[in-house]
Amino acid sequence: MFLISLFERREKLKTYFSLTVNECIKIGYDSLFIVSIVSIFMGAVTTIQTAFNLVGPLIPDYVISLVVRDMTLLELSPTIIAIVFAGKVGSNIAGELGTMRITEQIDALEVMGINSSSYLVLPKIIAALLMFPILVVISATLAILGGYTAGVMTDIITGQEYIYGLRYEFNPFNIPFALIKSYVFAFIVASISSFQGYYTSGGALEVGKSSTNAVTNSCIAILVADYILAQILL
Amino acid sequence: MIEIKNITKSFDDKKVLHGISGKFEKGKTNLIIGASGTGKSVLLKCLVGLLSPDNGKVLFDGRYFTESDKNTTTQIRREIGMLFQGSALFDSKNVEENIKFPLDILTEISEKEKIEKVNHCLNLVGLDKINQKMPSELSGGMKKRVGIARAIVNDSKYLFCDEPNSGLDPLTAIKIDDLILELTQKLNTTTIVVTHDMNSVIEIGEYIMFLHNGKKLWEGDNKKILKTKIKELNSFIFSNKLMKKIK
Repeated sequence: MFLISLFERREKLKTYFSLTVNECIKIGYDSLFIVSIVSIFMGAVTTIQTAFNLVGPLIPDYVISLVVRDMTLLELSPTIIAIVFAGKVGSNIAGELGTMRITEQIDALEVMGINSSSYLVLPKIIAALLMFPILVVISATLAILGGYTAGVMTDIITGQEYIYGLRYEFNPFNIPFALIKSYVFAFIVASISSFQGYYTSGGALEVGKSSTNAVTNSCIAILVADYILAQILL
Repeated sequence: MIEIKNITKSFDDKKVLHGISGKFEKGKTNLIIGASGTGKSVLLKCLVGLLSPDNGKVLFDGRYFTESDKNTTTQIRREIGMLFQGSALFDSKNVEENIKFPLDILTEISEKEKIEKVNHCLNLVGLDKINQKMPSELSGGMKKRVGIARAIVNDSKYLFCDEPNSGLDPLTAIKIDDLILELTQKLNTTTIVVTHDMNSVIEIGEYIMFLHNGKKLWEGDNKKILKTKIKELNSFIFSNKLMKKIK
């Protein structure tokens, strides 16, 4: 019902365009720093832990970067970054909409004859769908670079071997798979958080609860969707 | 003119409004008064469409509001301006953007005309040169004035004010009352004010509807209200010492 209401009584396209651009900046650009930090360390830690657990006299060194590549593309970048995204963007969306609800700003939009759910939520969902896949691509790139830097700097693996491992038996479907996951996760985070925030009632305490629920429910939904997508697509 | 016919509203098992009817005339400040919890704000929300009444009809100049299709409802809503209790200014926008907002969304006029209208409305509510200030930088009274400016910027035919004096000092409260009265006469709007402030009742109550436990107990104007014999209304009006002394 909530999602259907987003497409009723829509405003001018120009209005949505400027709102979506603003949301892209808030959702995408402003998340770049945390996504970069998490991704670089994710790649570095994966490299070191894989080397520690896997490498022996019978296993070549390039397996390390092969594992980093597949883990990053299949799971770490889409899923871990989605959970980070739920924490940063999801709580922000729920908090913003919840505050607007309790301070009657949403009522003010409705009284003006504006479909508040469409005006406030639709640009957030579109922006999340546009920006999160880009964040996942950046994250995967940075994680692989982070792994390279950690591996080479600690003499676990040479640069040549790392790159060889990255190219070895690469399954190109892993990239569309990561992107499909990123679209699904972006939709989950934006829609669940918006729902939680939009239907907040009460005061400041309830806004806090909505933000917490947004993050918790988004994380659970991401993990369930992750399992279902892996089951269906792999 | 806004007409309400037999409005009832319940939340779960609790009946909040019991068949309220009345007429709010154009060019007059119409007051809905009563103690806290008597259903004033619920009635106002039913009037502007934020709540759907269980029964009854709301007519804006003969046009059904509650039973219309979404397009008609939207059309009527776009003729409504409302001042909320907490002003409900958009935090992320400055004063100018807040007032200009209905024009950006609902009209096709040029940016220059919009700014002219914004400045005209700011002038009407007695505020100048605060266009770039954020809502967090304004006092309570200024927020209310900006809220009123936003409510009238789109040439609203109907002006609704929910507790316009709450949280204001007596002097600012009187200024806001005078402003509402002045704008109603100048712009010829149908104005409905929900209040429990007796100063407002005496100052601007051209038509007054008194609610008690969700029922309409009395209607009249600010001249008749002081002479009423209804016990509940008397105890509401003369609840403070000052009013008792005046009596």
